[in-house]
Amino acid sequence: MPLPLLRRLSLTTLTLLITLPGACTKPTPAAEKTMVFAAASLTAAFEELAEAFAQGHPGARLDLHFAGTPQLVLQLQEGAAVDVFASADQANMQKVVATGKTTAAPATFARNRLTIVVEKGNPKGIAGLADLSRQDLRVVLCGPEVPAGRYARQALDQAKVAVASRSDEPSVKAVVSKVALGEVDAGIVYVTDAAGAKDKVDAVAIADEQNVIASYPIVRLQCGHAEDPVGEQFVAFVLSAAGQAVLARHGFAAP
Amino acid sequence: MTPAPRFPVLLWLPAALAAAFFLLPLVGLCQRAPWSSLATRLASPAIRDALWLSLQCSAAATTLSLLFGLPLAAWLAAGSSRLRTAVRVLVTLPMVLPPVVGGVAMLLAYGRNGLIGSAAEPWLGFALPFTTPGVVLAETYVAMPFFVLAVEGGLRGLDPRYAEAAATLGAGPGRVFRTVTVPMLLPTLRSGLLLAWARALGEFGATITFAGNLAGATRTMPLAVYTALETDPDAAITLSLLMVGIAAAVLFPLRRHWLPSR
Repeated sequence: MPLPLLRRLSLTTLTLLITLPGACTKPTPAAEKTMVFAAASLTAAFEELAEAFAQGHPGARLDLHFAGTPQLVLQLQEGAAVDVFASADQANMQKVVATGKTTAAPATFARNRLTIVVEKGNPKGIAGLADLSRQDLRVVLCGPEVPAGRYARQALDQAKVAVASRSDEPSVKAVVSKVALGEVDAGIVYVTDAAGAKDKVDAVAIADEQNVIASYPIVRLQCGHAEDPVGEQFVAFVLSAAGQAVLARHGFAAP
Repeated sequence: MTPAPRFPVLLWLPAALAAAFFLLPLVGLCQRAPWSSLATRLASPAIRDALWLSLQCSAAATTLSLLFGLPLAAWLAAGSSRLRTAVRVLVTLPMVLPPVVGGVAMLLAYGRNGLIGSAAEPWLGFALPFTTPGVVLAETYVAMPFFVLAVEGGLRGLDPRYAEAAATLGAGPGRVFRTVTVPMLLPTLRSGLLLAWARALGEFGATITFAGNLAGATRTMPLAVYTALETDPDAAITLSLLMVGIAAAVLFPLRRHWLPSR
């Protein structure tokens, strides 16, 4: 005789509940992966770095996770198991050092500069930072909590240009896409972002004396898999000549 | 009197786990909340702005859902055809799409260079993105489907004989709808409105994509939580508790009549 549906369902649920925890206690191969947290602006460069690293280290398996730096820091503080952390600024790196989970002092591995991104063809004729205060322009910046947003405000303050950002965007990628869609006339992002999206937006250079240099520190953490040497090796690779060549190809300057 | 059927014992455990699953995050929030500074934090102008904006925009989105969603739901429930099926899928889409993608799609349609956005700009006098009306539009986009689907289900469940009787007695279709259908539909309308309002209040992805994140103009509570999370987690927790409080303050008094229950 078939069981009533409800009883059958509850039996299935119970069986699942009993068997599932047992299945999870077995060590899984995924546990041997090395977790790398990196700032969103490093996405393309780190994907290529990981590929090159894998060729030299056949046994190593890297898991890359990209997001705005503050978000990564929050996840780290809340206990994410991370082996390597690459930040878009020193301030957020200091927060991670403060957690006491780092194994050595952070090392700066790349530098980046700011640039203005505008719609293809620069229809509004934007020539530099000073133009961004024009009343006929809509400009967006990253929020002040995002490194790129803080650097942009720093650059504008230094140049004494008053810009009312139409929105505090959550990441450089969001700024680029708003400009690419034509919703705004200009935004300030890193040179590397503009280079990565050069078929969608044009870049207008910011003069050297007005520019802000972003420096990217990287560090090895002990909250991941302590006995695993891959994290250490990856950090060394990023700092090596081969790693620096990859970063340079993506528009980053040497540290 | 027949005894109420007993609750199957085997379901107790999963039911309790499900309840605990929802309870624990709330306990986590309360445990980490900065209780000592809560009052001063809640009084800050940034929180007041976000709260006021959220209440205004979610109320406006709920109103739009009622004004435009009720006729749409009535049409969907009035028969069955390929066109109706297609429109129903269209209405369901925002419930399935990640709201961020919904926001991008809205930019492509209602943005400055969008399909109708470019034509609407001179007529409106402003472009919708980065404005408060843009927030209302984004919230309506994700909230109205909940209302339309709830009301359509309610309409299909109504006994058609009452409307037919009214029609036989000489009432035109508009009068039947107003005096027979809508009153009978009230419980469904209320729960549909509540669902839409709750969805609009919590809306994040479409809003930040379509309307941006500007304090005082488009930074609603969920956006303020997201922004604060990156600099001041305590402020984010405070804001989240406030949202929980608002939801409780609205849902609790209305639970009898507005929530589907029995």
